[in-house]
Amino acid sequence: MLSRVAENVYWLARYLERAENMARLVNVNTHLLLDLPPEYRPGWLPLIDITGSRGLFDARDKRPEEREIVHFLTADLDNPGSILSSLHSGRENARALRDVLPTEVWEHLNELFMEIKEKLPALSKRNRFHFLQHTIRGMQTLTGQLEGTMSRNDAFTLLMLGRNLERADMTSRIIDVRSAQLVPTDAPGFQPFDTIHWLTLLKSLSGYQMYRLSQRTRVSRSAVLEFVLRDLQFPRACLFCLKEVEHFLQALPRSAGVLDSLEEACSFLVSAQPETLDQPALHELLDRLQLHIIIVHEGIAQSYFPLRAEASGQSQVQFSSDERQKMPLFSDAPSG
Amino acid sequence: MSINWTSYCASGLHDELIGPGGGARVAGRALIRHLSELGSEELGVRQQAAELAIKVMGVTFTVYHEQGGSIDRAWPLDIIPRIISSREWNRIAAGLKQRVAALNHFIDDVYHEQRIVKDGVFPHHIIASSKNFRPNCVGISPPQGCWAHICGSDLVRDKDGTVYVLEDNLRVPSGVSYMIENRQVVKRVLPELFENTTILPVDDYPSQLHEMLVALSPRRERLPEVVVLTPGIYNSAYFEHSYLARQMGCELVEGRDLAVRDDDCVYMQTIHGWTRIDVIYRRIDDDFLDPDSFRADSTLGVPGLMRAWAKGNVALANAPGAGVADDKLVYTYVPDMIRYYLDEDPILPNVPSWRCAEPEHLEHVLQHLDSLVVKPVDGSGGYGMLMGPTASQRERNHFATQLKAAPRSFIAQPVITLSTVPTFVDDRIEPRHVDLRPFILSGPKTYVTTGGLTRVALREGSLVVNSSQGGGSKDTWIVDVEA
Repeated sequence: MLSRVAENVYWLARYLERAENMARLVNVNTHLLLDLPPEYRPGWLPLIDITGSRGLFDARDKRPEEREIVHFLTADLDNPGSILSSLHSGRENARALRDVLPTEVWEHLNELFMEIKEKLPALSKRNRFHFLQHTIRGMQTLTGQLEGTMSRNDAFTLLMLGRNLERADMTSRIIDVRSAQLVPTDAPGFQPFDTIHWLTLLKSLSGYQMYRLSQRTRVSRSAVLEFVLRDLQFPRACLFCLKEVEHFLQALPRSAGVLDSLEEACSFLVSAQPETLDQPALHELLDRLQLHIIIVHEGIAQSYFPLRAEASGQSQVQFSSDERQKMPLFSDAPSG
Repeated sequence: MSINWTSYCASGLHDELIGPGGGARVAGRALIRHLSELGSEELGVRQQAAELAIKVMGVTFTVYHEQGGSIDRAWPLDIIPRIISSREWNRIAAGLKQRVAALNHFIDDVYHEQRIVKDGVFPHHIIASSKNFRPNCVGISPPQGCWAHICGSDLVRDKDGTVYVLEDNLRVPSGVSYMIENRQVVKRVLPELFENTTILPVDDYPSQLHEMLVALSPRRERLPEVVVLTPGIYNSAYFEHSYLARQMGCELVEGRDLAVRDDDCVYMQTIHGWTRIDVIYRRIDDDFLDPDSFRADSTLGVPGLMRAWAKGNVALANAPGAGVADDKLVYTYVPDMIRYYLDEDPILPNVPSWRCAEPEHLEHVLQHLDSLVVKPVDGSGGYGMLMGPTASQRERNHFATQLKAAPRSFIAQPVITLSTVPTFVDDRIEPRHVDLRPFILSGPKTYVTTGGLTRVALREGSLVVNSSQGGGSKDTWIVDVEA
């Protein structure tokens, strides 16, 4: 498999997964706001921080209110992390992969993009939840088509690497939604709402039922954190995703270096004790997890993607130490 | 609403489906009957279904940039097919094979002894002044002595019914994927017709192409590595490049994926390391193929590719330098080539042409500019032409100046009134002009597509069928008609 194609496939998977999770992120916040008493509502700005796009949003000079922020996160083509941008970038990558992907995957992605591009920018608040659900379902159809029709070849392996790495990253960001609000967990009268929050989080990851089956206990912060961070059976849990990356990396040549950094990421996660952390400390932990994920990504890029000549017009994914602090979503990937 | 064929007016024209009396031609009878039964309203519904299918299938012929991302222009297809009887087609196919055989002899001769020049059949000055003659191909013998493995020849039918060859595209002809996709779409939207008619299939082209490419491999011991080389996703024919790679199960590579290494072999960069390549179906013009040999500023090509090819370490299709025969002045000699190399009479005629390079011809052309079409010898896509009868005096004067300054660069032909096919335009059926581009593969055996890509000028009265200038396309049926 061509290195250039490997890079395209990997990013295709990341973009698709990112679009799906961005929809989940917006939906979880919508629900959270409805469930919390007004004085505890954190609003929408935390989502801008969680997606590392504060600079970009501030440059817009828009009021930090729901309508603007939701538009920014879903339909803004100038925000490389928005649902529409991710789908667009995914489609541009897929365009260069039409010889690699099953035809129906391309057709479905094409259809989905055209539909979402038409409807998303004009979405009313009332229809938002359902349309985002519909978007998630559309993305899952793609996932299913890839699962069901694609040979388990190198392209599939790269697809799995991209998907699981992005998923681990986005799950960590979705967990982080809660930590941005400054309400202390032990604030008087807040306890029942805290439970609601963790329930909403589980649901946004489609994980409530699976949580019930695996934890067999009432929804609590520590059990939920254990589940979404470290469960080894739930496919959206961070550790599960990293183990998947490990599994697929083993099928590739020259993976020793990446496997080492992955090992570090996993042991970081395993040795963490999230239940003992307060929200700011949890936020810190999630940031560090995201850093580990970036390092794994860089290892994959180094082993399998094309060596960039200076004139190729595409720069390697790099983060300055300053950018690392902000943990942006990857956005400088090739779009074709 | 039923369709009234008596008001379908193609008088003074040759229509491919409707005969002079207003009745359907034999090969098109079943189709015309079916269209009449459907009625124009239902036909409109089917046309819409076809357009939607094309959009969803992502069949595009060009991608350009707009704010907010790239936009795809959907491939324009008119669902009413163009029909040719298999008996007529067999004769045309034989004529095309004959033509391409002669052209390949010619190219090989040009780069070796130039016997055709020594024997006084072809003037040396045309080669000497040809932009597409590549001195670094002289003396090279590609596998099987074949240079133009893939040829797309444009055919037109004049109002008297004669089929002429208008030009031969020997560099990187495109369109074959649209031929195949058009059939897929029309099958989806007019399935009834395929149940009741024997329409010859078109979809074995990719396997024929693959077989031809495999046969070029310099290595014999195993399954050779065949790749399609594309300039990238912003090339107008990218859809086709990826389509063919996919259909053949080959890698679709760009220049930046490839390298010629110290052993003068070509490799591609894969996740496993460098992998050797045997055959390249290149969709990049000679000029951009190898910055070491041709344009030094090309970033699309591969430095050293010519060296690897000249040593026989990699096969290129078409071979570099094959474009020497893709010159409209050379075209005017193809009938002579057929007689010279094959000792046969040409089966398909050329459009009568004046060679502006010859003084008497130039004189004639200058005096008849208002009735002729003047074409640049190395043009394509319908650019840079003079349509004498419709041009302004100013345009004609401008061309006269150009002709006198660079007569080698032009030929002139009478206006051919292209034949028409019923076409669905604004909820009505009207005659529109068409041409036809079949594709010919030359290898151990010669293969001609079943029909080809029919292009149609969608504007009333227009003779310009080029996709880049608002042309559409049609599915082309070769129909078995028992005599």
